[in-house]
Amino acid sequence: MTIAVEPPKAAFRLSMLIYDTRYRAMTIQVIVLALVLLFVGWLTDNTIQNLAAKDKDINFGFLWARAGYDIDQQLIPYTNDSTHGRALFVGLANTLVVAFFACIFATIIGVIAGVLRLSKNWLVARLMTVYVEVFRNIPLLLWIILSFVVLGETRPAPKDFRVTDEMIAAGESPAATMSFFDSVAITNRGSNIPAPKLTTDLGGFELLGVPFSFAVLGTLALIIGSVLVNNRVLAQAKAVQEATGDRPTTWWKSLLILFAPTLLFLWVLGFHLEYPVLKGFNFQGGISVAHSFTALVIALSIYSATYIAESVRAGILAINRGQTEAAYALGIRPGRTMKLIVLPQALRVIIPPLISQYLNITKNTTLGMAISYLDLKGTLGGITLNQTGRELECMLLMMMIYLTLSLLISSLMNIYNNAVKLKER
Amino acid sequence: MKKSVFLGTLAATTVLAGAAFAGTLDDVKARGELICGSNVALTGFGAADAAGEWKGFDVDLCRAVAAAVVGDGTKVKFVPTTGETRFTALASGEVDVLIRNSTWTYSRDNDLKFDFVAVNYYDGQGFMVKKDLGVSSAKELDGATVCIQTGTTTELNLADFFKSNNISYTPVTVGDDTEAQRQYETGACDAFTTDASGLASTRAAMADPGNHIILPEIISKEPLGPVVRHGDNNWGDVVRWTFNALLIAEEKGITKANLEEVVAAATADAAYDPEVKRLLGIDGDMGAMAGLDKEAFKRAIAVSGNYGEIFEANIGASTPIGLARGLNALWTQGGLQYAAPFR
Ligand SMILES: N[C@@H](CCC(=O)N[C@@H](CS)C(=O)NCC(=O)O)C(=O)O
Repeated sequence: MTIAVEPPKAAFRLSMLIYDTRYRAMTIQVIVLALVLLFVGWLTDNTIQNLAAKDKDINFGFLWARAGYDIDQQLIPYTNDSTHGRALFVGLANTLVVAFFACIFATIIGVIAGVLRLSKNWLVARLMTVYVEVFRNIPLLLWIILSFVVLGETRPAPKDFRVTDEMIAAGESPAATMSFFDSVAITNRGSNIPAPKLTTDLGGFELLGVPFSFAVLGTLALIIGSVLVNNRVLAQAKAVQEATGDRPTTWWKSLLILFAPTLLFLWVLGFHLEYPVLKGFNFQGGISVAHSFTALVIALSIYSATYIAESVRAGILAINRGQTEAAYALGIRPGRTMKLIVLPQALRVIIPPLISQYLNITKNTTLGMAISYLDLKGTLGGITLNQTGRELECMLLMMMIYLTLSLLISSLMNIYNNAVKLKER
Repeated sequence: MKKSVFLGTLAATTVLAGAAFAGTLDDVKARGELICGSNVALTGFGAADAAGEWKGFDVDLCRAVAAAVVGDGTKVKFVPTTGETRFTALASGEVDVLIRNSTWTYSRDNDLKFDFVAVNYYDGQGFMVKKDLGVSSAKELDGATVCIQTGTTTELNLADFFKSNNISYTPVTVGDDTEAQRQYETGACDAFTTDASGLASTRAAMADPGNHIILPEIISKEPLGPVVRHGDNNWGDVVRWTFNALLIAEEKGITKANLEEVVAAATADAAYDPEVKRLLGIDGDMGAMAGLDKEAFKRAIAVSGNYGEIFEANIGASTPIGLARGLNALWTQGGLQYAAPFR
C-alpha cells in the first residue's frame, strides 16, 4: 500500500505555466488556439480587403437572379427562367441521386466480392483478387472517362433505330433495335427506359417548389405500412417459435401483406408503362438517362466496391475461426453460419470504413465534371460561377454543402453503427 | 486543418492578385514578357502547332502587344484557358490580357469587372450539323441534342433561341471544346453550337470538313475582343491602341513587307501622310503618352503585318478556315472595323 503524501501547496507563479507539467499542456494549447484564430482573422481580413481592391464584395444576391441556362437532367422542375438558387438545388439533387445509386451498387458488389475473395474455390478467389487489385489501383477519373467513352462510342445513334416504310417494303431491318422486348433503347447518348404512369391523376401539391404527387405519396405510405404489418406478423411467428419450437408458415401471409395492397392501389389508378419511341432526333417518352449519369454510377460503384470488398474481407477475417468451428460443430450449414454467426459480428468491423467509403463516393461525384454531368459542381460550381463571376461565394457555398452532406451521412451511419455494435451489458 | 489550408491558398491567391492589380504595363516591362490568355486549341485563332509554336488570329494580336511593350513579338507566354477558366485567370492576374474569342457583354464588363478594349472580330452564334442529318435551318432542330461549351455566352443564347422559337432541345454542357467536338463527331450530339468563326475553325480541323454544314441562322451578336482587368486604364489603352495601330496600318496600306520602305519614304518626305508619321514614330513621340517608346507601334505592325494581313494569313479565304472579311472589313470597305484617329 502506498501512502499519498500531500505535496506542499505552492503559491501559483506565472513561470509555472511553462515549467510546471500540470499547466504546460494547457498553456501550449491556448497559445496555439490564439495563433490559429489570429491567422484565420488575418486571412479573412486580407480576403475582404483584396476583394474590395478589386471592387468586388461578398454577395449572395445572385442566387435569386435568373439563371438563363438549361440543365439536361432535372429531378426537380427547372427552366432557364428559374433562379441560380434553384439551379443549385437541381445540381444538388443530381449529386445525391448519383451518390445514392453508387453507394447501393458499391455495397452490393463490394460485399459479394469481399466474401468471394475468401472463397475456398481457388478460381473464384483469384478472380476477385484480380478485380480488387486492378480497379483499386487505377485512378477513378480514368474509370469514369472510360465508361463514358465506351458507352458513347459503342452504342448506335438514335437514327440507326429508325424503321422507314421503304425498309419495311424491302424487308430490311434497322441497324439497331431496342433491348428487353422493345422496351429499352440504349443509344450513344443515353438509355431510354419505360416510365411508370398512372391513368387516374390524384393531383398533388407543391412544397418549397418541389411537386409531390398524392399517388406517389400514397404508394410510399402503403409500402411502409405493409412492411410494418409484415414485421408484426414475423414477430408473432418468432414468439410462437420461441414458445413452442414450431415456426408457423408465414411466407404466403408476408407475400400477401407486402404486395397485395400496393398492387391493388396501383391497379385501381391504372398503372401502366410508357415506352420510349423514336421521334425526330431522339427517343421521346419514357425516362431518358444520359450516359454521363450511367457512366458515373458504374465507375463509382465498381471502383468504390473494391475498397468495400477489402473491408468486408477484413471484417470476416477478424472473426475468430473458433466461431465458425463452433457453428459447424452444432451442425449449422456454412451459408447460415456466414449469415447468422460471422456477418453480424463482422459488421462491427466493416461499418466504420464503410462510412468513409460512402463519404468518398459522395465527394467523388464531383469528378462527373469530366464527363459533363451537371451535379452541384456543374451547376453552382460551374455554370453559375462562370456566368456570375462569383467565385468565392460559389466555392464557399459548395464547401458548406458538401460538408453538411458528409456530416449528415456519417451521423446517419453512426446511428446504424451504434445499433449493430456489440452491446456490453 | 483542411479548411485552414484552403483559406491559406485562397489568401495567397488573393494576395498575389492584389499585387498584380494595377500597373500591368510596368509589370510586363519588368518581366520582359507578356502573358497572354489564349485558347486551348482553336485552329486559326489560337493554337500551338506541331512544333509547339502558337499561331492564330488572336495569337498575332498578343504578339503585336508584346512587340509594342517589350520590343519583341516572341516574348509572349501563352496560357491556354477554357471557356470556364479564362475569366478567373484574368481576374486573378494569372494573365495580363485575355485575347481568346471572348464576347463583350454588359455583365462581363460591369459585373465581372473587366474592360473590353476593342473588337477584333465581329461575330455571331451559329450551328453546325452533319450533312446527313438532313437539316437546313436551325428552326428544324426541335428535339435535338446540342453540344455547347460551358461558361460561354453561347450557352445562354442557345436557351433563348430555343425558347423564343418554341422548340425544345437537350443540352450537353461540355467543359472544353475538344470534348465537345469529340461528342459531336461521335454523334452524341446532333448539333454543335458556338461562334460562327469557332464553327468554321472547328470544321476545318476535322477529318471530313465536307460532311458538315453550318446552318444559315446567326442567332446572336458576338463582338469578340481583347479583355483586361477593370481599373487599369493605362494598360487597357496600350492594348486598344496596339489593335488600332494594326487597323490604321491596313487603312494606310502599310504591310509587313513594305514597312521599312514606308518608314524610309516618310522620313525622307516632309509632306508624307502625318498620321503615318505619328504612328511609326517618325514625327513626335506619341508612344510616350501611353508609357511606351516611339517605335512601339511600328514594331507591333512589323510582327505579323496589319490587321488585314493577320486576318488573311490565319482565317482568311485562302486558309482552310476560309472566313470572308464581312463585318470585319475596314469601314472604308463596308465593314465595321474603324480605328479612332491616331493623333
Ligand atoms: N464568344 C463566346 C464563346 C467563346 C468560346 O469559348 N468559344 C469556344 C468554342 S469556339 C472556344 O473557343 N473553344 C476553343 C478552346 O477552348 O480552345 C464567349 O465569349 O463566351
